[in-house]
Order: sequence, then structure tokens, then C-alpha cells
Amino acid sequence: MTVATPSRVRNPSLFDVLVGAVADEPDFVVEARATEAPPEASATEAPTAVLEAPVEEVAAPQTEPAEPEPKPEAKKNELLIIFESGDLERTWATLILATSAAASGMKVSVFLTFWGFYPLVKPGASPGETWMQKMLAVMNRPGIDHLKLSRLNFMGMGPWMMKKLAKRYRVAEPRELLEIAMAMGVHLIPCQMTMDMFGLTRDDLIDGLEEPAGAATVLGHVADGVPTLFI
Amino acid sequence: MTLEIANRLDARGLACPMPIVKTAQAIAGMASGQLLEVLATDPGSVKDFAAWSKTTGHEIVEQGEDAGVFRFVLRRK
Repeated sequence: MTVATPSRVRNPSLFDVLVGAVADEPDFVVEARATEAPPEASATEAPTAVLEAPVEEVAAPQTEPAEPEPKPEAKKNELLIIFESGDLERTWATLILATSAAASGMKVSVFLTFWGFYPLVKPGASPGETWMQKMLAVMNRPGIDHLKLSRLNFMGMGPWMMKKLAKRYRVAEPRELLEIAMAMGVHLIPCQMTMDMFGLTRDDLIDGLEEPAGAATVLGHVADGVPTLFI
Repeated sequence: MTLEIANRLDARGLACPMPIVKTAQAIAGMASGQLLEVLATDPGSVKDFAAWSKTTGHEIVEQGEDAGVFRFVLRRK
């Protein structure tokens, strides 16, 4: 086991296999893999296989016909949105979906991460400890009223036009939708890691957000079958 | 037979998602079995109200259109 040179012997990735990189490696490594791997595998696998077999035989007659394992019910009545972009149009879409889902009686959670934070930073706040964190907040002017379009922003001309059109066609703006979402109990969950990295504190964020959480919380929802969107 | 409307909501002129959002807010304050009448001009509301009714269980008991105004009568679950 200690004979192989661990730094050189590595499992070939799919990419390696496709480009043939494995074949380009020094011959002795390929040889080592061919000669050493099989005995190692057989030495470790064989005994366990022998051990497992009788256990199964003993256990089998005792157990009653197993009930089919209950499938976890998909949580149809919940929605999780991972809000990452912070763009004007995507913030809009996120809030339209969140309010509609809440209006349909669904439990809605919006997980805020990366650029998804600045719409919910208090307008006028200047968060950050280091100059880099401060610059982030300068480049991403905080507040729901100061968002940029991901396309056709044109130094603010795009958002200005969008808001003109929204008024004319009586489309609710992000500010109004955010207020409705929060009034309807949409859970806004800040990502702790982004807060740390961007130098954001709870005081920099608008009131009414949930306790910060992490990726495991998000994945817990996903594992429960909650429909999840990444916007 | 005329239905006894307990509450009325004018959502004319409003775009998605406001007719549904305002309807949900209005119906939340009503008693079970009471009727809510909603007027909307958003053509998308026809499909949206059908879907919303299915999701929430609040039944559409009457539905019609007159000169671009859609009318829904909903029974609180």
C-alpha cells in the first residue's frame, strides 16, 4: 500500500480520459496501477463479502415481509428561491414569484446570497470594514430602488425606462412587492458566509429578515423535496 | 338565485401578480363560505385565478367577462 507514489497515482477524471491524458503519464505509474490495484481490491473486498453473506442468511427469515419504504412526500406547498443575482429584472421576478406563491398559501423562503444582498441592504448604508468590502457597496448601491439591469442598463437609462413602463402598465415595482412579500410572511434568509465575506452586519440589512444560515439549510429544504429556484 | 357577495375587490388595471395578491389578502379576512367578487382587467388573470383556486382550495363559483373586465366570484374555503 505504501509502495505507490500517491502524488503521481491519481484517479483519472472524465476529462483526463477524454483527452487521453492518462496515457501520457509515465509508464511506470500506469503499470503500478495495473499491478497493484487488483490485489489490493481483492484483499480487502473478499473477506467482507464472505462476512456479509451469512449475516444476510440469518437475518432474512426473521424479518417479516418488509413494508415498502414510505417515499418522502414532495413538499408541494413550499417554494425555495435561492436569490443570487441582485439584478433589477431578476429581483422583480423573484418577488413576483414569492408574493404569488405566498398568495397561493405556499410557505416561501428566499435565501439571499452574493449579489442578492444589496437590494436588502439599508439605502444609504456604507457597510464593510476593509476598503474592498466598502468598494463592493459603492459598486452595488444598496437598496431596492437602486438596482441595475443585467442587460441594457445603459448607466441607469434602462432601469429608468423599466420603471416608466411599470408605472404606465401598473406593474408593481420591486419596493412594493418586497413590502407585500414581507407582510405575507415570506422568509428572507441571509447567507452567513456572504455577510462575513462582504462585511455586512445585521444592522446593515433591512429589518424583518430571518436568522442567517448556510448552504446546509438550503440543502435541507432541497432534500425535503421543496421546489427550488436559483435566480 | 342571486349570490350574496360578502366582499368586493376592484383589481382593474393591475398587472400580475397584484390581482392574485390582493385577492389572497382580501379573502384572508373573510369567514369560511363567504363570497368575494373580484374584478380584473389582466387577461392573464383567467388562467391565474383557475390555478390559484386549485392551489388554495378557494372555489370559483362564478366567472364571466364583460367588455374586457373579468369577474370572478370566489368562495372562501
